[in-house]
Amino acid sequence: MNNLLAVPVLLCLFGAAVTFLAGRRPRLQRAVSVTAVAAVSSVAGLLVWLTDAGPLVLWVGDWPRPLGIVLVADRLAALMLLVAALVSLAVLLYSTGQDDDELRRETPVSIFHPTFLLLVAGVSNAFLAGDLFNLYVSFELLLFASYVLLTMGGTRDRIRAGSVYVVVNLVSSALFLVAIASTYAATGTVNLAQLSLRLADLPEQVQTVLQVLLLAVFAIKAAVFPLSAWLPHSYPTAPAPVTAVFAGLLTKVGVYAMIRTQTLLFPDQPLTVVLGVAGVATMLIGILGAVAQSGIKRMLSFTLVSHIGYMVFGIALGTPAAIAGAIFYAAHHITIQATLFLVAGLVERVGGSTSLDRLGGLARVSPLLGALFLVPAMNLAGIPPLSGFVAKLALLQAGIADGGWVAWSLVATGVVTSLLTLYAMAKVWNRAFWGVVPESTVANVAGFDAPEKGRLLPGLMVGATLGLVLLALVFTVAAGPLYAYVDRSAHALADGSYLAAVLGGAGR
Amino acid sequence: MTANLTLAVVAGVVIACGVYLITERSLSRILIGVVLASNGVNVLFLVASGPAGGAPIIGVTPKDAMADPLPQAMVLTAIVITLSVAAFVMTMAYRSFQTNGDDEVPDDVEDARIAELARADRTSESFEELRFSDTGEDVVSE
Repeated sequence: MNNLLAVPVLLCLFGAAVTFLAGRRPRLQRAVSVTAVAAVSSVAGLLVWLTDAGPLVLWVGDWPRPLGIVLVADRLAALMLLVAALVSLAVLLYSTGQDDDELRRETPVSIFHPTFLLLVAGVSNAFLAGDLFNLYVSFELLLFASYVLLTMGGTRDRIRAGSVYVVVNLVSSALFLVAIASTYAATGTVNLAQLSLRLADLPEQVQTVLQVLLLAVFAIKAAVFPLSAWLPHSYPTAPAPVTAVFAGLLTKVGVYAMIRTQTLLFPDQPLTVVLGVAGVATMLIGILGAVAQSGIKRMLSFTLVSHIGYMVFGIALGTPAAIAGAIFYAAHHITIQATLFLVAGLVERVGGSTSLDRLGGLARVSPLLGALFLVPAMNLAGIPPLSGFVAKLALLQAGIADGGWVAWSLVATGVVTSLLTLYAMAKVWNRAFWGVVPESTVANVAGFDAPEKGRLLPGLMVGATLGLVLLALVFTVAAGPLYAYVDRSAHALADGSYLAAVLGGAGR
Repeated sequence: MTANLTLAVVAGVVIACGVYLITERSLSRILIGVVLASNGVNVLFLVASGPAGGAPIIGVTPKDAMADPLPQAMVLTAIVITLSVAAFVMTMAYRSFQTNGDDEVPDDVEDARIAELARADRTSESFEELRFSDTGEDVVSE
């Protein structure tokens, strides 16, 4: 059973190799990558079910324990893996649904599939990594894939956006290495379970330095204010499927790493004030940035930053209830944010632009598109009974139960941010979906009548987006059992079952 | 554990030089900065590995005189990653040179536009008008 843990990573890497070799046969490439990601999703689903009985541990290569590389899946890792795999699958289907003409322009076929699979491999490995250095390697894997995906085609805009993204991430990688070197110097291990035991013996100042180093690294990846400026700068220029998968997965890997660090390595000092202030600032500044934007993709990038603040909210409080809220929020947000970026891609296809100034009346042109935008947008803003409301409610309850000044300011900011998100989404709705259809859109839609251009909204693209919208609705309908699962995973983070599973009583 | 002060100072100076170069605008300087900083970090791993020793191979060095092999493995991985990073940034700098004629990282267009708007403060009056306009034309963006 434990060997299952290696499957997601291996399948993706193997698929990447095959698709790379099959560079001239796009149909084969699509088939291979869709199969690989679908298989990863089913394995992840199995893992979610299996880990509910206790964490699974795989010592790769069976080196003397605890020296080798270890892969660990507990409930948290399995859940994140499942949601990430499902979202990647939908994004992959969406990108294969683009007609050949657009595909060639937006995502050169020969490179897109191998790189995408490497990205999924990196993300899966990051969720399963049981030691810091393996986490670093998986970050590099997913970052390298993301560099290629972001600068794909090498147009002027993408190089501009890409250079900022690459440099910021290089700095954060260097910082991560500094953190690993310092941790190793202080404790003599990089295994997370061992670190959890050994870090507690260190002087408090040393612990704080290590904690802040690690949190700074993950905060850059997760785009927590003040380390978030790179995100709205670099995401919007990439093609829609790429932005969707970045927005859904990459920042959440950072959030996941933050949850891991805080609950496993430093359970006794939650740094509530620092993280709380960062959370408040992230939520507010992100959403104010979003309100000021006039392009849909840019606005969505800013709401992405803003809603990372909610997860930081949960992490800052550090109680099991708050962590459970953060995990549920992360799972919900991966889906929603990816959906909205995919919808933005469809909007661009129909309206010929994603600038609110050049759009209008889209709900009249395509009511389906309107529905596809409206449901996730309301979900993002947290309108009951959608899952965004459940996630926010859980966080607010945890905040009120905590009751300190940090918790209350987080609660207040959370409510305000939710309202402002609704405002931002309503602005998009008013200006892009209502009103008069501008001539540019009419001309653009008419252009699709020509036989070589393909259909206005290809079935597969709409189907993939619809699938994600429905997945988010599953979070709503099955919120009870799902929240119970998340709650169990948050409590398991605190009860030492991770340690027992990895070290097996072998001690330090 | 005894730490080596010389190595720590060397790492600090090299990383500082790297950081200075990364703050430059031109991608080729940033590249040199990144390579310098990564090498500085690699030196830091030597500090982390404790006192120097012989090659960690059984049968060559007695067990007590061995250097810690784990940081060496990590540094090796880090070096490989730095190599590929250097290759990627070089390609990007060259591509930037091809499309722009230089390899500088430009300002964000949208940021500049919003700053311009804030300076002119045109948003406040025009916003209502634009929201209900039937022309699809917009006063703010142009």
